[in-house]
Amino acid sequence: METIETKPKDYSHILGWGIDADPKNDPTYPIKNRTDRDGVPVEQKGYTWERPSQQPVDIEVLHSNERPNVSAVFGTSVPPSGLSGHIRRFAFRFSESEYGHWLPLLIADRVNVVEGIIDDLKQSRVPNIFAEKGMKADWKYNRQGLLRQALIGVVVTATVFAFLSRKKRPHKA
Amino acid sequence: MLAMNYRGPRRVRIDHKPMPTIKHPEDAIVRVTRSCICGSDLHLYNGNVPDTRVGMTFGHEFIGVVEEIGPEVHKVKVGDQVLVPFNIACGKCTFCQQGLYGNCHESNPQATAVGGIFGYSHTAGGYDGGQAEFVRVPYANFGPTVIPPEMDPDDAVLLTDVVPTGYQAAEMGGIQPGDTVVVFGAGPVGIMAARCAWLFGAGRVIVIDHVDYRLEFVRNYAPCEAYNFKEMDDPVLFIKKITDWLGADVCIDAVGAEAEGSALQTITGRKLLIQAGSATALHWAINSVKKGGIVSIVGVYGPTDNLVPIGNVVNKGITIRANQASVKRLLPRLIEHIQNGILNPKAMITHRVPLEEVAEAYNIFANKLDNCIKPVLIPSAKG
Ligand SMILES: NC(=O)c1ccc[n+]([C@@H]2O[C@H](COP(=O)([O-])OP(=O)(O)OC[C@H]3O[C@@H](n4cnc5c(N)ncnc54)[C@H](O)[C@@H]3O)[C@@H](O)[C@H]2O)c1
Ligand SMILES: [Zn+2]
Ligand SMILES: [Zn+2]
Repeated sequence: METIETKPKDYSHILGWGIDADPKNDPTYPIKNRTDRDGVPVEQKGYTWERPSQQPVDIEVLHSNERPNVSAVFGTSVPPSGLSGHIRRFAFRFSESEYGHWLPLLIADRVNVVEGIIDDLKQSRVPNIFAEKGMKADWKYNRQGLLRQALIGVVVTATVFAFLSRKKRPHKA
Repeated sequence: MLAMNYRGPRRVRIDHKPMPTIKHPEDAIVRVTRSCICGSDLHLYNGNVPDTRVGMTFGHEFIGVVEEIGPEVHKVKVGDQVLVPFNIACGKCTFCQQGLYGNCHESNPQATAVGGIFGYSHTAGGYDGGQAEFVRVPYANFGPTVIPPEMDPDDAVLLTDVVPTGYQAAEMGGIQPGDTVVVFGAGPVGIMAARCAWLFGAGRVIVIDHVDYRLEFVRNYAPCEAYNFKEMDDPVLFIKKITDWLGADVCIDAVGAEAEGSALQTITGRKLLIQAGSATALHWAINSVKKGGIVSIVGVYGPTDNLVPIGNVVNKGITIRANQASVKRLLPRLIEHIQNGILNPKAMITHRVPLEEVAEAYNIFANKLDNCIKPVLIPSAKG
């Protein structure tokens, strides 16, 4: 660690050294391209544009109240539903600048996990947590860590069990 | 079709899901031939991105074959092999017109602060991603790019995110010939940022991480100096000492919200979630850069607040430059660099995993098992 390397002066061993060097790269604001491109003024068109055609809004889409509309395209992955859906709808009353927006969304995410397990059970599918956590890979590449975790689990369970059964004994006697 | 299915923090599995369909005249359906897991996916995987809904498919780094096109698609045709930038961009809005394709205003209704991203929570538009056999690709006239015939698909898939992100990290650093550049993070993005810093004429490149096999890799790959922060009492002081006591000209944060190295940041940012991720690397970057220097941030953080020494930014007159990579803007130059043998991204791929084993792949990448740098998922029906 104490070896302090000095600046190499010869870069011939580094493929492509300096080929994209740009002494004019002045890290100021990128939207200056709006008025000026490579030093040449460009026509001012303001902040309007011809919008792409609108994707039909045929599912429930929550949209940020910091924009007046739904963007021209949007994802349809998982529309809001159930209790988590109610919480998400509530969150969207607040702007992106408010905790009132983000905290409910995080809570909804956790509620959604429970809903996911209930959905699985309804389809008579017991989630295989071991497989979902990819623990086969631990068995292959992290066996010690896995065994350590398992051991901690066993010790904790045994302790809890011993504690509970000891309390019961005088009761029985 | 088979697709990755998010069930909750650190729980994912492969499931049968309905085939994606054309929802907009400019959509295409792409049959995925390769997709990657990214450091950004770990923020979702750990449950730290608000509005990550159970049942969603992740994956924003993928390539494939165009299977079907909407009536208004004319830039790609069925059968084309395409790489698909991770950002969903219309190409028309005021931001796209300025080349800010990571900041499109017509691809994400749920949040204005971020453009649409494939498979990246509803906060980034609610799109199912590419860790699946098929995926819906909006704005197919703009985003998808035909892969040059001689290009290795492993290089192509890394062009969808990692290569442009690393390159833009260096570009945003405003590196001047001879500058000392410190890169925090030796994940795929940090490795690429270190490699690209030389292309901008850096005089010295230093990488900081705590995972030895990654440090070893980047030391040879960039090539550069690489140091383990777990072996230092104070990384900022260490950097000051090796940079003539003035600090680096440019610091790059290629770590983001999962940063380790500070108990306070880890507990508040990763366990209690009372800040938008752990800002340890960014904190170090701000404090390690020279006065008047530049901090370039590509590490991803959540949408709320972070603990960073903003007072030092003011007092040191630091410029902060940050963004989601504008993949489409950078592609022509980066394709050229790969074709000319200047960049060799595929060397970072360490794991090829069948899509069916997606849960194991996440575990391996997230926990840095088996010396993993970059895993690629391969659907079995590949063409
Ligand atoms: N802006 C963009 O367009 C964009 C695109 C892709 C990825 N990203 C972000 O870039 C970051 C890196 O992505 P990746 O795929 O390389 O992820 P990764 O998780 O593989 O790499 C992160 C690395 O940082 C290291 N690290 C942890 N704490 C550190 C600290 N305090 N100092 C230095 N290193 C530390 C980890 O050991 C790891 O090697 C992520 O935050 C990701 O979300 C941004
Ligand atoms: Zn990514
Ligand atoms: Zn746009």
